[in-house]
Amino acid sequence: MLDTLIEALRGVLPVEWVITDPVRLRTYECDGLTYHRATPGVVVLPETAEQVARVVGLCNEFAVPFVARGSGTGLSGGALPREDGVLIVTSRMRRILEVDLPNRRAVVEPGVTNLAITEAVRDQGYYYAPDPSSQQICSIGGNVAENSGGAHCLKYGFTVNHIEACEIVTPDGDLVTLDRMDPGYDLLGAFVGSEGTLGIATKITVRLSRAPQAVTTVLAAFESIEQGGKAVSAIIGAGIVPAAIEMMDALAIEAAEAAVACAYPAGAGAVLIVELDGPAVEVERQFERLREICSDAFELRVAADPAERAAIWKGRKSAFAAVGRISPAYIVQDGVVPRTSLPRVLAEIDRLSAAYDIRVANVFHAGDGNLHPLVLFDDAEPGAGERAEAVSGAILDLCIEHGGSITGEHGVGVDKAKYMPKMFSEADLDTMQLVRCAFDPRGLSNPGKVFPTPRLCGEVPGVRKGVHPLVESGRAEQF
Amino acid sequence: MDPELINDCVHCGFCLPTCPTYVLWGEEMDSPRGRIHLMDQHVKGTPVTPEMAGHFDACLGCMACVTACPSGVRYDRLIEQTRAVVEREHERDPRERAVRGLVFSLFPYPRRLRLLRPGMRLAERLAPFLERVHPSLGAMAGLAPPAPRRQRMPRVVRARGARRAVVGMLTGCVQGEFFPQVNAATARVLALEGCDVVIPPGQGCCGALSVHSGRADQARRLARRTVRTFRRAGVDTVVVNAAGCGSSMKEYGELLGEEPGFRVLDLSEFLAELGPVAERHPLPLTVAYHDACHLAHAQGVRAQPRELLRGIPGLELREVPDAAICCGSAGTYNIFQPEAARELGDRKARSVGSTGAELLVSANPGCTMQIVAAMRRGGADIRVAHTAEVLDASLRGVSL
Repeated sequence: MLDTLIEALRGVLPVEWVITDPVRLRTYECDGLTYHRATPGVVVLPETAEQVARVVGLCNEFAVPFVARGSGTGLSGGALPREDGVLIVTSRMRRILEVDLPNRRAVVEPGVTNLAITEAVRDQGYYYAPDPSSQQICSIGGNVAENSGGAHCLKYGFTVNHIEACEIVTPDGDLVTLDRMDPGYDLLGAFVGSEGTLGIATKITVRLSRAPQAVTTVLAAFESIEQGGKAVSAIIGAGIVPAAIEMMDALAIEAAEAAVACAYPAGAGAVLIVELDGPAVEVERQFERLREICSDAFELRVAADPAERAAIWKGRKSAFAAVGRISPAYIVQDGVVPRTSLPRVLAEIDRLSAAYDIRVANVFHAGDGNLHPLVLFDDAEPGAGERAEAVSGAILDLCIEHGGSITGEHGVGVDKAKYMPKMFSEADLDTMQLVRCAFDPRGLSNPGKVFPTPRLCGEVPGVRKGVHPLVESGRAEQF
Repeated sequence: MDPELINDCVHCGFCLPTCPTYVLWGEEMDSPRGRIHLMDQHVKGTPVTPEMAGHFDACLGCMACVTACPSGVRYDRLIEQTRAVVEREHERDPRERAVRGLVFSLFPYPRRLRLLRPGMRLAERLAPFLERVHPSLGAMAGLAPPAPRRQRMPRVVRARGARRAVVGMLTGCVQGEFFPQVNAATARVLALEGCDVVIPPGQGCCGALSVHSGRADQARRLARRTVRTFRRAGVDTVVVNAAGCGSSMKEYGELLGEEPGFRVLDLSEFLAELGPVAERHPLPLTVAYHDACHLAHAQGVRAQPRELLRGIPGLELREVPDAAICCGSAGTYNIFQPEAARELGDRKARSVGSTGAELLVSANPGCTMQIVAAMRRGGADIRVAHTAEVLDASLRGVSL
């Protein structure tokens, strides 16, 4: 089946962009989460929306599953390929098609990197607000699929708040535009964050934001993580909404120091990065308040210029990969807890860490309670990987217990599908499936992600006749 | 290929946007992350396939990924080891072998290069013919600079005024034969800043071209000879004005298994450390400074040349957009991978052109030849100079 499909794909795309060589294919076996791997059946690198539509159309014709991938930086395995499927890579679709400053919009292809949008409009005083730590490389298409966040989402919201419209290829191969302004159901809202299960974005209209008049970035060093946590609650309690409040614990600081020599204050048990932005007078007043609130900090550093601000952020933004300097292997976890539960949850993570003899470095978007514990282990040590997995899973249980969520911004993907039933009832999951089926009745668009068991839709007239091959092979059940 | 070094990669992808071939083609196999994955496949038992070798050959070795990597992956070491494996295990087609043989028996040998000089004007006219024989030969002909008069360097250039230091100076192969005026300017600048400059005769290639192409044996032979030459000269500091040479000479310790016994510094690095004493005369010029990869990424020297240029009254320094992306020269890359090099050259030429500067300053002869050729193709000529030449003009109070 795949072989015939590959022949057909070569009729749609130039042969060099249909990759079938096994050695080349394997370089696509995982995204940013290397724990799950699968060599794709075939990789295609289209350059236009029409090509994507024709590839998806062919997948339908041959009933072959497909997975979309942007830069391959996702941390939940959302772009994990299928061995029996097509991997559609958008990294060659990277043109900025239109910049419309009076209407504060830009139209871009999905492979454009998050940062490239900002770079295109920065000189005119604009920027694209959501800023995942991987913004220099993650693609906007991936951001849409995962509803990506970033440090500044505390004040400005997630990707979904900054997308005006998407041209998508639906799972049956049609090119359709979803617009915020469309009356009726918010289909764009459903599409953003659907992790590739509702189709592939081929053209994205993003909202551009005006760069703030003033920005003040403060680095506050505390002796303990509790003091830092208290400061976070106090800042929010005082009615200040900073652009970002980030916290790192001692172990995370050690890693960042080893990687980028960020020169954070020595001996800190925790650092808080607080960024205030807006009209200059407002920022000034907020800063005065902030200084009072952070009176527990043993050092308060204020960035004097953009270079110093970049230096402060560099430590935080490199933290994930930097952990590679202090540990042979690690798991990046992503969970959410209510801000008020932060101190208790952190104490329990500490306990888990001690009980399993596994180090945990904590990096988090403290302002909105989004934790990123980095669970460190040595993959050469027998049993260490399993212990790390256990700690990592227990942290998610903690998040659910405290009324939080199993993911803040990395998505469910393949990695957290098994936790979905812990958060949602059977009826909840069935309802989500109905939405999915409305877009993808044949279950070909990124199957096996988000939901714990692949399920198929009820009979949809005119679409499927007879028993679906997935049902027949026992890999899916019908409901 | 050291599995430990491979394991340092956590697959985050931060290297991708800095990689020239990923910028060109957008495919995983032609990114540092993808190439490391290919190395891993090889270490785990996959033989070097022609496809694999192709992706390794396509790497420019610009080391922009080393700068970008938050996990500290030593891609520089990895690609060097990989190239040596490719040379050993991969059978190249005969025409390719012949061209590679020609380049490696020519460039590292100044005397042989000298024999080429009379033919250089001819090469330009023969370029279309050579192009048909092999694209690499065409590329070589297209890059050839006009052959200047030879300049014999004295063995020692004495410091002007009070002596502040004694340094050795590398004359290099391509620099010495095609850009002798750069070496002359380097020696004069050093002398005017109070240095005795020792220039041992009979210097050859430092081994950079070979080490960057996986020819470890040739590299070690050339490196040993260079070490011997400068040890005999009795200097404890060797100043280098070519970025590629400087970066590989700084790694002699790793290549030879013993420290050479002198420290190696780039000219700008050395001058910044020494501090300016000689008077700077004004040079009313707009200058675009080009970061050579082997200076910026491999040696981390970015601030010093800019500082030196800004220290010249009247000179206005402009930044080139996308400065961290390689111009496509990359040692022998523009000869062996002419198509990719051409595209990267064109991109760089557009970026340089967008600055509107009158003069392009770079610290590597390869980059200079590459960017000039690309700008000429695009119909936009620009004057070029080495940092040393600009300083020399300012110190001597002459125009450039």
